[in-house]
Amino acid sequence: MESKIMDAIGDRALELGPKPEAGPYRHFKLTRDADGVAWLLFDRDGASANTLSAEVIEELDKVLAGIEADRPAGLVIRSAKKSGFIAGADVNEFRGATDPQMVEAGIRGAHAVIDRLEALRLPTVAVIHGICLGGGLEVALACQSRIAIDSARFGFPEVMLGLHPGLGGTARFTALVNPTQAMTLMLTGRTIDARRAKALGLVDAVTQERHVRGAVKDAVFGRLKRARPGMLNTVLNFTPVRGFLAKRMRSETAKAARRDHYPAPYALIDLWEKHGGDKTAMLRAEQSSFANLMVTPTAQNLIRVFFLREQMKKTAGSGNTVRHVHVIGAGAMGGDIAGWCAGQGLRVSLADMKAEPIAGAVKRAAELYGKIIRKPTEVRDALDRLIPDMDGEGVRNADLIIEAVPEKLELKQKVYAGIEPKMKAGAILATNTSSIPLQDLRTTLINPARLVGLHFFNPVSRLQLVEVISHDGSDAGVLKEALAFVGAIDRLPLPVKSSPGFLVNRALTPYMLEAMVMLDEKTDQRLIDAAAEEFGMPMGPIELADQVGLDICLDVGDMLRAKFGDLLPPTPAWLRDKVARGELGRKSGRGFYTWKDGKAEKAPLPETGPRVSDEMIDRLILPMSNVCVAALREGIVDDADGVDGAMIFGAGYAPFRGGPLNYARTRGVENIVATLRKLADRFGGRFAPDEGWANFK
Amino acid sequence: MARPVFIVDGSRTPFLKARSGPGPFTPVDLAVQCGRPLLARQPFAPDAFDQVILGCVNVIADEMNPARVAALRLGMGEDMVAFTVQINCGSGMQSIDTGYRYIREGHADLILAGGAEALSHAPLVWPNSGVRWFAGLATAKGVGAKIAAALKLRPRYLKPIIGLERGLTDPVTELNMGQTAEVVGHLFGITRAEADAYAAESHKRLANAQAQGWLKGEVETAFSRDGKFYDHDDGVRPDSTAESLAKLRPVFERPWGQVTAGNSSQITDGASWVILASDEAVAKHHLTPKAVIVDSNWAALDPSIMGLGPVMSATPLLTRNNLTIKDVETWELNEAFATQVLGCLAAWNDDKFCREILKLDGAAGEIDRDRLNVDGGAISLGHPVGTSGNRIVLHLVNAMKRLGTRRGVATECIGGGLGGAMLIEVV
Repeated sequence: MESKIMDAIGDRALELGPKPEAGPYRHFKLTRDADGVAWLLFDRDGASANTLSAEVIEELDKVLAGIEADRPAGLVIRSAKKSGFIAGADVNEFRGATDPQMVEAGIRGAHAVIDRLEALRLPTVAVIHGICLGGGLEVALACQSRIAIDSARFGFPEVMLGLHPGLGGTARFTALVNPTQAMTLMLTGRTIDARRAKALGLVDAVTQERHVRGAVKDAVFGRLKRARPGMLNTVLNFTPVRGFLAKRMRSETAKAARRDHYPAPYALIDLWEKHGGDKTAMLRAEQSSFANLMVTPTAQNLIRVFFLREQMKKTAGSGNTVRHVHVIGAGAMGGDIAGWCAGQGLRVSLADMKAEPIAGAVKRAAELYGKIIRKPTEVRDALDRLIPDMDGEGVRNADLIIEAVPEKLELKQKVYAGIEPKMKAGAILATNTSSIPLQDLRTTLINPARLVGLHFFNPVSRLQLVEVISHDGSDAGVLKEALAFVGAIDRLPLPVKSSPGFLVNRALTPYMLEAMVMLDEKTDQRLIDAAAEEFGMPMGPIELADQVGLDICLDVGDMLRAKFGDLLPPTPAWLRDKVARGELGRKSGRGFYTWKDGKAEKAPLPETGPRVSDEMIDRLILPMSNVCVAALREGIVDDADGVDGAMIFGAGYAPFRGGPLNYARTRGVENIVATLRKLADRFGGRFAPDEGWANFK
Repeated sequence: MARPVFIVDGSRTPFLKARSGPGPFTPVDLAVQCGRPLLARQPFAPDAFDQVILGCVNVIADEMNPARVAALRLGMGEDMVAFTVQINCGSGMQSIDTGYRYIREGHADLILAGGAEALSHAPLVWPNSGVRWFAGLATAKGVGAKIAAALKLRPRYLKPIIGLERGLTDPVTELNMGQTAEVVGHLFGITRAEADAYAAESHKRLANAQAQGWLKGEVETAFSRDGKFYDHDDGVRPDSTAESLAKLRPVFERPWGQVTAGNSSQITDGASWVILASDEAVAKHHLTPKAVIVDSNWAALDPSIMGLGPVMSATPLLTRNNLTIKDVETWELNEAFATQVLGCLAAWNDDKFCREILKLDGAAGEIDRDRLNVDGGAISLGHPVGTSGNRIVLHLVNAMKRLGTRRGVATECIGGGLGGAMLIEVV
């Protein structure tokens, strides 16, 4: 909640011990309190968050040497950054690693520093606020006790980068807390809050800044009861038990990720199965396992994706001025966009003429908040911010209006005519259209310069991409504000010029329509989906079409064919019939598959029969890369990395492939072009390689 | 120098009849539900108000000072002063009256005044004997003392009291509200048939107002988190007739009483707000005033006949303004009980009562039923006690706008022996 007083004096809250002075270190400050306890403040130079780089770890080594010599009564380690303790390793240093031996040598040196911290013969306390992830948590684990501030969040997100913890975390975490729970956290990359961390035995106490001094004193002088591993931990770390549990972990992991696509979780399970319970051996084995993972294409591509996300966040920029969003149309998209924005702290009025869709949107928002917001009062506040608006009154005070009414030009223009006179000066008018060019929508506007496209993807809470669509009359300031808005609601923007299908739908449509052609060739729909999944897509094109809605696929397909003609596979006539029959996919319970509780019912493929072929995969996958190159050549988008990011965050394109352009680059442009030619000869001109490949690097 | 005080807008939730167990909304939830659309349609930001005053009788434990909780949840800003007022069934009007006086005296320009009540959330209360037993057990030291304390338990200690039932019983006369209506009905000779006919008419009027869309802009749809929505006062029974109501048994004084569930107000959840503004605020935010508050008056009387509160409070209000009941074109007289409403009308038409009690020259006369509670009242709508006083002012303004009348009075009886009345003129 807003608080003018806390805005003014809130920085007094962080308890950093005695006032630090400039010392010999670049990233650390060391002070001593009245009890003789040393306070080591980590404040990485020139950064807003603490991360561990080689240089930082080297300096930490020097600090520890000094402490060994000075022998203070105890050592407190905490961050001087508002953002939190330590966000993890400096991922920049992971980029482009190719030699596992070199990686291993580096990690060995870092291990020695953390071991030195653990071996200090004085009480050591980590005081943790905010984020404490990966390498940061590994530093904390090397201390004898850990005190968490309420705000703390803990986790090992390495698996998202195709890695597992590499600074002793695998050994120390599984030794300290219940290894099945420790493994689950490391395998999923999920984060936990301070309360869970306490329950797990990861931290010894949870408190507030105002009690840090008292808690530290108790921890240093042995008055704080420490969380200790129980009997159960020892039992679960026994060899036969580990074997049994590891098997179960592998089968659980296999449900989410294939070993050939994502080796890291399997390497982590192997590591624990082999060495769990033997800390020294596990610490050693972790180093080589980590180094081997680091050089895999999966890890390098996922690390690339990490930076794509950072890049997109930078594109979003800061300085969002939108406080009140007015969403028109409480259907599936409008309702979920409104729910998401309110969950992100904005005031949202959700306009619809009918109460039913608004009530449905409120229900979906409540369900979403129940999953992502822990405190019931914060769920209530988010729901309070989501304001049902049956009279469309919210438009008057809104900074941003998002129109999400059905895809009919006249209807949208009628809505604009009704709201434009009521809009505040400086308010932005955005449309969530996925198929109508902004050039057509703007014709009736008094002020077309403030029209922008904000194209969200379904489900809004899971797909992070928002295409920010401009037209040739867009106001540059409006676009900048729209980008900042997308950043402020924790989504990732891709600037796109208005053109049919924008980027993601245009690239996805051939993927889905080619699958329809394959169906016409009597290929089993499950086999088609399996081909795409074997490549690494989160779901096959048939299932995706069901998920998106066959009516929408048909609309978008028709719209794109009107523009691109035979560059797209023909829409089969039976698809029209299917839609006419009301078989729309997931939303109607039946499309290509039967849907129950939001899941497609799929029988396993027969044991004998046709298998997935490389040609099948190429037919489905390569047109996506082809469209992306075309969009770059046409100037619809201007950043190849952004295109990869958009396809990953908007279409779920296999992240470990690094995106459709990165995939083409890795496989080789000549190879791609030749394969496309071959497919064109065999299946038709729609596969003809785009001329943009000639200049693609 | 007294300044004019305008009512510029207002809205309320649908009144939701308490069925089984707590309803979907707490008092503050209700205040937020109708406050959000009201604030959204104003040309000024929610933090432009000077203060928030909310009437609420049954404050729930999670929402102490519901006015402040509502103000914060409505996004009115950390520095919004907000307080809750309680004068039982007059609370929702007390909030308006307090705001009116602040603005009139020049201490504020823009005030949000409301009422909120969720009678379905009224708690079960442990008897004091049970609470004492539990406290003894909790403070006993040592195992022996604990056992000794525990053994003092008697079954009656654990018999919960329905809080609402106690709340609707006058603590001085030990009569519950229905009984006071029996007393008033008896003193003025109101028959069961008259009461039932009045109640049936209340339902008919509300049903008609709903069908005609006359409540649009006043009643705002409420949405609960389970995906349900509530868009109308759901206690209305358009099929009620005097004949069907005649079949009901009396509830308060069996077997010969006149007051039944059918001719009493309903136990209901609901909230209501009005926006009060000075002429400076009207000019500053380009508001369109709907009505001006001319005067208000509170009166007190014997709690056992609290139902006559409207007569006792409205009459001096009119006299002070050189008006008679004939000069009032539209009346909202809260329908706590049909016998009580009819008792008030009879009192105004009672020569002895008017001379000796109201100090008039003779009977004040009849109030034309076409001027009284034109769109139904608490019998058909329900009576969320802290809200009703606010609703009758809000609806009086809207009804006068629709009818083209100029002068109106909103008045209510108040449990404990009070009455409140407010004189309004349309501008």
